[in-house]
Order: sequence, then structure tokens, then C-alpha cells
Amino acid sequence: MLAGVDLELGSEGITVVLGPNGAGKSVLLRVLAGLQAPDDGTVLWGERAAPGNAVAIVFHQPALIRASVRANVQLALLPLALPRTERGARVQRVLARVGLEHRGDDAARLLSGGEKQRLALARAWVARPRLLLLDEPTANLDPTATETVEQLVREIRTDGARIVMTTHNLAQALRLADDIVFLDRGRVVEQAPAERFFRRPQAPEAKLFLQGELPWRISFES
Amino acid sequence: MGATLVEAVALLAQFESRLLDIVVLSLQVSGTAVAIGALVGLPFGAWVAVARFPGRGAATVALNGMMGLPSVIVGVIVYLALSRSGPAGSLGLLFTPSAMVIAQTVLTAPLMAALARQIVEDAWRDYETEFSALHLTRAQSVATLLYDCRYSLVVAVLAGLGRAMSEVGAVMIVGGNIDGFTRVMTTTIALETSKGDLPLAIALGIVLLTVVMLLNALAHVLRGWAMRRFG
Repeated sequence: MLAGVDLELGSEGITVVLGPNGAGKSVLLRVLAGLQAPDDGTVLWGERAAPGNAVAIVFHQPALIRASVRANVQLALLPLALPRTERGARVQRVLARVGLEHRGDDAARLLSGGEKQRLALARAWVARPRLLLLDEPTANLDPTATETVEQLVREIRTDGARIVMTTHNLAQALRLADDIVFLDRGRVVEQAPAERFFRRPQAPEAKLFLQGELPWRISFES
Repeated sequence: MGATLVEAVALLAQFESRLLDIVVLSLQVSGTAVAIGALVGLPFGAWVAVARFPGRGAATVALNGMMGLPSVIVGVIVYLALSRSGPAGSLGLLFTPSAMVIAQTVLTAPLMAALARQIVEDAWRDYETEFSALHLTRAQSVATLLYDCRYSLVVAVLAGLGRAMSEVGAVMIVGGNIDGFTRVMTTTIALETSKGDLPLAIALGIVLLTVVMLLNALAHVLRGWAMRRFG
């Protein structure tokens, strides 16, 4: 549940949403994606409501249909009604970007965990979203697969997409975030540039959270 | 009994022409009816699984209830529609294989629709959020679900085929069981048994059972292959 979330995100960069379990991180992403309507309040892009196809979301366990890798990526292009040749070219380009260009005809559900997550990223990326939401994209992945996915996230950011992601991995947040939004019990408790958040968290809840994660490493500047 | 069985097997071994004609007509009528019924029933069932509209619960109950439609009732309804005084009497279809196809389509389409609804609804629980996130329309979601569940839907189609091939009431009423024209396996079995002429009835019974078992074995193999191929 979210209550009293008043958030303004810039048009560039990677925002990482942190917080304990049940803080509302995933709910926040679902609201931003338009999958859940808030009881009160609105999500605005500038002064206007969010254009539907400009937002894409990747879940930590993406649902893949019983079809090939290529067919799963093409699914994201159905609403765009592109000509077949452009569709095929876009799919092949994005598969190459995520390193699955030779797996196009393979069954999507038989990929490894890391490959499935790369496929899910490809499926989101192929539609060229302006806002990409990632809900714990590396939760079930080993370190090598995690590094690959993180590199892809950086590339997508370089491509111009705004990224908002959740993670429980503080080291990952340190590596990727431009800014941090810290949620606790459904409220935005702190929002700050990443370096400042990790060096000098202001909110007591954020301090406790960070200390709980890495008590022997974190020391805060006064 | 033993002699009757031997005679039945001999009829099968000789590929007796009358027997073959009956089997071929049965497969044509039931196959055509199930094909049409699947074209109508599967998308309809999938749509009911995905759509949200007032009365959806009642529609689901009605669909499930129609799975058990008595074949004689369907036969009577189609008979009345196709009879000279009925709305489609001018088509002259009564007591023809076409009338039998119509009756079996009416019988099997709701069955396949109800099974498709259940299969697709189970899959929709897994995909609804993802498809919403991909901004798929309702129609695109239904088409994708039908594709995703294609191997499970084979079971629904086979259920329809089994129902069509084994029913006797509807085809007897609208087809008339005319020798060499509208006589199918089930109506022949009923007639020959009532006459006490069992070898043909038993031979056709063996064919009917074999076809049904083969189709189910095929479905089983197909589903196993699909699981290994697509996960």
C-alpha cells in the first residue's frame, strides 16, 4: 500500500527505489506502469497523463509464452502495428543487443534464468519505451548474469530511456543509481542523489535500513 | 459370441466396402462438425475467459451446462429448424449429411467452448499482468492465449470429436439413418444390434473405439512433445 507518495522524477537517468519488504516498491512501479490505479492522485508526464505505450515494465519473473524467443519479443510490437519487415528488423537488432541473436528460434521457456531476463529486457526495449520500469530484475540471477543485465540497463539508459528500478541489492543500487527514492511503509521518506544518500542518509528509517544491510561497512559522514 | 467376433474381425480384415463407406461418412460428418465447432467455440470460450462484462458468471454457468446437452434434444431442435415448416426448411437439408454436420456442430461447439474457457482462464491468471504491461488489446490477448494454449486446446477438440463420433440421437433424428447416404457408425451399431445382426455392429464398434483411442494417444504424444519443445 502507498500513502502520501509525492514524487517528481527527472527526464534522465536511473532511479533506484529502495526500502524494506512491504514498503510499496513494487506497487509504486505498478502505479507508474498504469497497471494499478491509485485511489487518489495522478501520474503525470509534464502536465499530461502518461502515454500508454511509452512505459514498459519488466518483472523479476517475466511471463513468457510457449513460443520462440523471437515470437516473445514480437509480442511487444503487436500494439504498434508495424510493417512486417520493420518488425523483423527491430526484433533482430534488439536480440543482438542482448546477446540472444542466435537463440531466436529457441523455445523461450527453456532458456536459463539470465537468458530469460535478457529476453524480458529485449521485449521491453524493442518497443522503445520512454520510461522503463524494472522490478528486481536480477533477483534470481547469479553474479555473472547480474553483471550482464546491469550492463544492458546502462545501455538502455544511454539509448535515452528513463529507468526506475527496485532492488534489494545495495551494491547494485550503488553501481547503477543516479538517484535513490527510499520508501518505508508506503511513504517516500527520502529522495536524494545516490552518492549523497549512501554517504549521508537523512531519514532515520534510511539510516537503519542501510545499517541493517551492511553494518560493518557503512559509516556515515556527520 | 465367439463366432460373431470372428465374423466381425473378418469384415474388418476384408475392408468390406459397406463398412468402409460408413466409417468414411462418420469421419467426414464428425470431422467437419468439430472443425466448424472449434472455429466458433475455441475463440468464444477464450473470449469469455478474458472479457469482463455483466453476467459473465451466468454465461460461464450456461456454457458449462451446455456441455451436457442431450443429443436428442439438439436433434429435435435442428430437425424443427430444417423441416419444411421450419425457418431453414427451404434449404432442403433435412435427412442429409449436412443436417448431421449442423446438429453435431451445435452439440460440440459449446463443449469445446467451455473447455477452452477453463484452459484459457487458467493461463490468463499467469499472463494478465504481463499482457496488460505490454498494452495488448483484448483481441490480441485472446489470440495470443489461443496460440499459447494450442496443445492443451487439442484436448478440448478431441473431447468434441469424441462426443460427435459417439453420439447417436442427433444424427438419427436429422439424418434418418438412410442406408448408403446418412448411415454412420453409431446409427448402424444401433440398427444392426436391434436387428440382432451383430458382426457389423461389433466391427464398427471396434473401429470406433480404435479411432477414439488413437486420437487420444496422439494427443498424449503431442502434449508430451510440446512440453519438451516449449517448456
